[in-house]
Amino acid sequence: MSQATGTEANGVQIDLVSGERMEGLTSMEKIRMILDGVHEGKIVILEAGLTPDEESKLIEVTMSEISPDEFSGIEIETYPSSSSPDSGFIGRLMGRQSPTSKLTVIGPADRIETLHKDETLISALVSRT
Amino acid sequence: MGLLTSLKESITRATDRLFSESDPKRIGIYGPPNAGKTTLANRIARDWTGDAIGPESHIPHETRRARRKENVEIERNGKSVTIDIVDTPGVTTKVDYQEFLEFDMEKDDAVRRSREATEGVAEAMHWLREDVDGVIYVLDSAEDPFTQVNTMLIGIIESRDLPVLIFANKIDLDESSIKRIEDAFPQHETVPLSALEGENMDEVYDKIAEYFG
Repeated sequence: MSQATGTEANGVQIDLVSGERMEGLTSMEKIRMILDGVHEGKIVILEAGLTPDEESKLIEVTMSEISPDEFSGIEIETYPSSSSPDSGFIGRLMGRQSPTSKLTVIGPADRIETLHKDETLISALVSRT
Repeated sequence: MGLLTSLKESITRATDRLFSESDPKRIGIYGPPNAGKTTLANRIARDWTGDAIGPESHIPHETRRARRKENVEIERNGKSVTIDIVDTPGVTTKVDYQEFLEFDMEKDDAVRRSREATEGVAEAMHWLREDVDGVIYVLDSAEDPFTQVNTMLIGIIESRDLPVLIFANKIDLDESSIKRIEDAFPQHETVPLSALEGENMDEVYDKIAEYFG
């Protein structure tokens, strides 16, 4: 995880989390790592994304942590999963939870604004405050 | 004790499934806030039972609790299909009470609404994981469908192998684009409609009977 910059220095800290690091974590550990980072104002970029079940739990846990004037939730972006070969029937039959091999960007909802998104491009604006 | 309770619950769930083949399927109406989910749920319920399900509003997060209308019997081509309709709160990854202040709401009311909205979203996700047999995914066809919430929810629905129909709602609006939704989710059938105006409801009911009957 990158520790090169800090939010204290009036910048935006970005944590790039490798797929290898994520592999060793349980679902709740992944969600906790993401939300702890976001609470601290970091942008968390996952080399390998979350499974659909983990995404579902991330939404639930995020909702439970929203607090007026303190935390309004997360902005999360990944490419649409529909074109991934892993999301098909055979993939599911083989027990694969559809695709985790997709870059995922997560940050505080009040600091990331998605400017454009389609099947191949995500353009986002990150603000300092 | 915990293990025994968990085992007992698992057996109960499995037994329930075994003997529930003839029970009406629970069809969850999902989508982002303000897509017209409750308007659609009310339209279906009124058409086939005469009752509404819940209040509609242009203010986001009007529906903050999942509501179920049981035994909605839809007749198509001489056959009838009985389903339970579950109208769910709009799913999002963020809720800011300040959004509601723009609708002339007092701060206390806006904060309460946002708290209830967050509980509602969590409840909707729980229903999706545990308690629905099929999904009608409602999108506002005048809005961009390439949002993360849509991408994630469709992915979650697909991962659970639930039958899903995509409804491109609000086709009565000038900015409506059905093609944009078809392009966003080409792997699923898209049905255009206006739940508010009652446009194309015959096809809506044909597809519900075909997918969930």
